[in-house]
Amino acid sequence: MNTGEKPKRGDITLVTGVIGADTHIVGNRILSLGLEEAGFKVVTLGALTPADEFVKAALETAADGIMVSSLYGQGELDCRGFRDLCIEAGLEGILLYIGGNLVVGKQDWDSVEKRYKEMGFDRVFPNGTRVEEVVEILDKDFAARKKPPRKKAGT
Amino acid sequence: MTAALLIDFGSTFTKLRAVDLEKAIIIGAGQGPSTVATDITGGLTKALTDLEGRIGRLPDFKHRLACSSAAGGLGMVTVGLVKELTAEAAKQAALGAGAKLTGAFSFGLTKGDIAEVEALAPDIILLAGGTDGGNSDVILENAEKLATASVTCPIIVAGNREAADEAAGLLEAAGKPVTVTENVMPEFGELNVEPARGAIRQVFIERIVHAKGIDRAAEMFDAVLMPTPAAVLEGARLLSEGLDNTPGLGALVVIDVGGATTDVHSVATGEPTAEGVIPHGLPEPHLKRTVEGDLGMRINAPAIAEAAGLDALAGAAGLDADGARKILDEITADVDSLPETTAQKRFDQALAEAAVAIAVARHAGTVTIVQTVSGPVSMQTGKDLGSVATVIGTGGVLAHGADPAAALARALADPARPQSLRPKDPELRLDGDYLLFACGLLAGVEPEAALTLGLAHMHPVGGT
Repeated sequence: MNTGEKPKRGDITLVTGVIGADTHIVGNRILSLGLEEAGFKVVTLGALTPADEFVKAALETAADGIMVSSLYGQGELDCRGFRDLCIEAGLEGILLYIGGNLVVGKQDWDSVEKRYKEMGFDRVFPNGTRVEEVVEILDKDFAARKKPPRKKAGT
Repeated sequence: MTAALLIDFGSTFTKLRAVDLEKAIIIGAGQGPSTVATDITGGLTKALTDLEGRIGRLPDFKHRLACSSAAGGLGMVTVGLVKELTAEAAKQAALGAGAKLTGAFSFGLTKGDIAEVEALAPDIILLAGGTDGGNSDVILENAEKLATASVTCPIIVAGNREAADEAAGLLEAAGKPVTVTENVMPEFGELNVEPARGAIRQVFIERIVHAKGIDRAAEMFDAVLMPTPAAVLEGARLLSEGLDNTPGLGALVVIDVGGATTDVHSVATGEPTAEGVIPHGLPEPHLKRTVEGDLGMRINAPAIAEAAGLDALAGAAGLDADGARKILDEITADVDSLPETTAQKRFDQALAEAAVAIAVARHAGTVTIVQTVSGPVSMQTGKDLGSVATVIGTGGVLAHGADPAAALARALADPARPQSLRPKDPELRLDGDYLLFACGLLAGVEPEAALTLGLAHMHPVGGT
């Protein structure tokens, strides 16, 4: 468990966006606003965001987490190799969350979650997850990390 | 009479414009050689004598302002983190400051990169990287590497504000002259190039003018304010925006086809003009300058031929392929030559038309159709110049070419290529008296006169 102080939300930068050729922006906007209200620093990329742009934005802003939305059922295709892209960019430890309509049709949630976790996502959320729930889990996940969330200049 | 003298220390010529500030008219022009390599005063004295020969005894000038592209121009290297983000923003800042961008680096500098920077020996290095509160490792690493490099030029730090002072400290400790200014990208996707442009201009005035030996002629002028391309951009800004009681020309594009490069300046927001188009990528700077290093009428004539196709150039000039090849070879053999025969003039016209078409197409944004589950979506990258009201041509080949209107018309949108967001129906104007740089220099001290002069001397060409 955490040895140091509990990380402050204001020190945590999260990148949000809707991946792939997906224009469903509403849920992602609600999430972004909710995260901002909860005190996180949020970098919003909006709809129609290719995977590499999440990674580039995270790199430039030294983000601590990436929150990917996918609503149109193509997420599995869009997210393949997402963790690898992050590792490639030197963002090994970055927290990756994904949520939305992650597959086409009705599929067993456990198998969906398993597939996305295998792709390297730390947390997988079904459509309809409330922002409060995400915030709670973010707090928990960041508290569980030993090192402070962000490197400051000169440290 | 209250008069002003505007000087352009060019790479080939020293050009003068004398203007009457009360009447806002040109009194006269003068020209001399560029002698910056030996003693800059020589060329300037010759140019002043030339001016005196044309207008009689020179008046006492209230302002004597200069810009310079002599001695290789303002050579700059930019460094950022992500190529499309802070590295791009740094590039935009340098180009907007009128620099000649000789190197643009992103991510951590390698040993090879440092060796390249040392070999390039830039006049200024612009060091960016990280949004405010974002990544600080890379800018600090790069500062450390530049600190140990053999470069001695001024370094402007315009990156993550949390790391800027430390980066500057590393460089200062190694004896490098350092200026810290605001981040070129303080927030993700927010472009903030004006403070960096200002810092570049300040360093230019305080150090580069001296380093290049331009201040040897210091008694003959008040100040060298900026690099020539920055003066042109300032002139364009004034003409576009106008002043409180004199409206400007609105969104405009300036095209400068030179011997080695083609510059395109736009003063326009570049927002989508069509409904439902989603802008993508970095926001565009209101004042944007691009430099096409492969499109020039003389040194880069073969590069234009390569980009446009020699057959196409020959066709446009009404020549056969052999004839066109022969003229191209003649240009390459003597890059100082000017066209004399009808065939040479027609070939020059074809070169100019191609340079304008390609340079503006590269400067303008593009729109692409993305197929989504909910149907096709149009995404715009770069500036939409569709509603630009005025296109101005400047520089020798356009001013003295056979058919400037036809050359400028190649800047226009092509119905066959709707994805290229070029001006649809602008008025075409020509800076036939080469006055735009002078307007830019005067804009800071005599904006009213500068605007009146500029509006009067950008002559409409063609039927539009």
